[in-house]
Amino acid sequence: MASKFLLIAQREYLSRVRKKAFIVLTLAVPLLLAGFGFVIAKMASSDNDTTDVIEVRDDSGLNVASHLVSTAQLRFETTTGTLADAKKGFQKAKHDGLVYLPAGLDVEKPVGVQFFGKGNISLKKQSAVESALNKAFSDLKMQKSGLTQDQLDRLRSKVDLQAVSLDETGKEANSNALATSGMSYALALAIYMFIFIYGVQIMRGVGEEKSSRIMEVMLSSVKPFDLMMGKIVGIAAVGLTQFLLWGVLSFGVSSVVMPLLTGKDKPKTEVAAGTSAAGATAVVVADDDEPRSAGAQFDRSVDKQTAQASNPAGRFSFFNILAELPLGTILFGFIIYFLGGYLLYGALFGAVGAAVDDQTDTQQFMFPITMPLILSYIVGVSVILRNPDGPVAFWMSMFPLTSPIAMVIRLPFGVPMWQLGLSIFLLILGFLGTVWVAARIYRVGILMYGKKVTYKELGKWMFYKG
Amino acid sequence: MKPILEAIDVRKAYANHVALSGVSLEIPEGSIFGLLGPNGAGKTSLIRIITQITGADEGEIRFRGERLNPSHAAQIGYLPEERGLYKKMKVGEQLLYLAQLRGLSRSDATARIKQWLNRFDIKEWAGKNVEDLSKGMQQKVQFIATVLHDPKLIILDEPFSGFDPINANLIKDEILELRNQGATIIFSTHRMESVEEMCDNIALINRSRKVLDGPIGVIRNQFKTNTYEVEGTGHPVLSSPDFEVVEQKKRENDHFYLRVQLQDGVRPNDLLRYLIGSVGIEVEAFREKIPSINEIFIRRVGETMPETLLETANALL
Repeated sequence: MASKFLLIAQREYLSRVRKKAFIVLTLAVPLLLAGFGFVIAKMASSDNDTTDVIEVRDDSGLNVASHLVSTAQLRFETTTGTLADAKKGFQKAKHDGLVYLPAGLDVEKPVGVQFFGKGNISLKKQSAVESALNKAFSDLKMQKSGLTQDQLDRLRSKVDLQAVSLDETGKEANSNALATSGMSYALALAIYMFIFIYGVQIMRGVGEEKSSRIMEVMLSSVKPFDLMMGKIVGIAAVGLTQFLLWGVLSFGVSSVVMPLLTGKDKPKTEVAAGTSAAGATAVVVADDDEPRSAGAQFDRSVDKQTAQASNPAGRFSFFNILAELPLGTILFGFIIYFLGGYLLYGALFGAVGAAVDDQTDTQQFMFPITMPLILSYIVGVSVILRNPDGPVAFWMSMFPLTSPIAMVIRLPFGVPMWQLGLSIFLLILGFLGTVWVAARIYRVGILMYGKKVTYKELGKWMFYKG
Repeated sequence: MKPILEAIDVRKAYANHVALSGVSLEIPEGSIFGLLGPNGAGKTSLIRIITQITGADEGEIRFRGERLNPSHAAQIGYLPEERGLYKKMKVGEQLLYLAQLRGLSRSDATARIKQWLNRFDIKEWAGKNVEDLSKGMQQKVQFIATVLHDPKLIILDEPFSGFDPINANLIKDEILELRNQGATIIFSTHRMESVEEMCDNIALINRSRKVLDGPIGVIRNQFKTNTYEVEGTGHPVLSSPDFEVVEQKKRENDHFYLRVQLQDGVRPNDLLRYLIGSVGIEVEAFREKIPSINEIFIRRVGETMPETLLETANALL
């Protein structure tokens, strides 16, 4: 029996790995990712290099313009003339925007300030201008209350927040929410994608077997359970091969090609691997008071590390933070939830493939399977990532259909052992339960043709005798 | 001869109908066994139980005296009515895979595949994907897959469907050859002429029950109706109440054909004597009319088919 199971898994594996599509996809994805990363890095760096010029038309009589502080990214220039002229003027001068401060503006309640931009105004630009204006107005207000410019300058300090989390024993550990979140996000995405891509392959595979009518021949040699599990395991091996190759190739491409392309001698360590295999999860030490886009983060982190070498008195490095995460637990948990989640969902996808005649009928049965998966991902990256110890996080990381994603999001933040143990226990129970259900549906479904299957029907199949 | 397979009081029910009830059969080793019955009678259910695709609700199947178990799969070959192969797999690899699943070693399987592909003269197709083959060619591949592991019991469900007459003949010869080499063949079909030609034993299943079984000669004799066929010249008039003319045909040049049923206790010699004694009658041929399997089939199925079945049949369709 065991050898038949292996034969089946082997066939599933080889028949897929030898396909041209597999080879093309395996080679293309790292190149695409590298290309994508390169473009983002380029854009991000050019984004940082250029300075946006914003014209200011100040009719308020409050002299707000003089309080607008230009930075490396944003330069303010006052302009005169009518508003209509200014509107045309800034575009002609190829400047990036125009701030209009109308007459009779109240310092206490500055309403009616307008910002004109070319085309759509990016959120980033808008918030930068907004914060510059906010500062200007607060300066004005403080001046109004009698502070001198010198006092103002001394008042404004640049705070660099250093987050330190205490573990249960009270030991201090450097914590960086962004690094931890990045890792959580990457792990969840990997599991989510793996289950989806290869789960659907299981479903298709079963559907093909069914429509080619080979089931009867197969079933006279092997048990339906072996057939189903052989397929699931074989396809898992395909997925692992693909992910592994993606990882290795991405690492190779990133470490060899990327420095050539960007012309910088970037440290070719985890950072490079991190962008590609894990799917754009560069992690940064944020020390600016400005929010940055994900793309910019990557470039920054690299710059930061290069800077680190020459500046040993620097703050936490990426590697320090990485080293302080519970890596052993994360790896252990990731493997458990990755495999457990895949097997659990894989069995369900297999059952759906067996239940329907026609691939187009799969939708109605796909929904209850994909819903918890999509839900756990969406809730995971929105709610759990923000509050990894909250009740939503707890319950979702216990329920076997959502725990594979919910729990790996929590892992880098640290999870109490009893919760991890309970969750894994429930996952195993859930796995056994779904495989039992799926095997029953599968067993009846694969020989059932020409019947429009309903949920009620599926329910009955569970209690059919051998 | 010792039976290779015994079914003892087998019962199988699905959610809303009974597929088999109390079916018992004995299939003698080394014979060709015809499993007959109208559509939906339960043949496929019985075959699926023998091939262990499903299990019986009650009763037992014995293979060479042992209770049927998965280890017997290696000794059973099955050609289902719904043919199917992995379309995107190469012929050679496909056969190797199926043979290995039946418990053949890789090297044994490879050698036998070569042998069979040569025998069917399709060895140049070994590297082709199944979907690139013609339908008849696929059928041949499937037949090879059925017998590749040298099974002792071969179950063929409508083996000739999908074959042109030439290839059907080829398959027929292969089946007889396999039997001569000692294999037992269960043969499920509607094509009565092939049953008559090839089968040693038959069983007739109708409405989930076995209605008839035994050696084909014995059954045909059982269904004899004491009817005789006569050919000759002249104008026969049978006025005796002992004889009932079932059919009478006139042919050219004064030839006639008569089919006569004799009353109980009347012997064929009585009919012959009567005819010879008639004026102007010349008897050229005289033989007993033995019913064909087709006639028996229709008669038995008709007898066991009440009107309600027609309604059920309509409902199922």
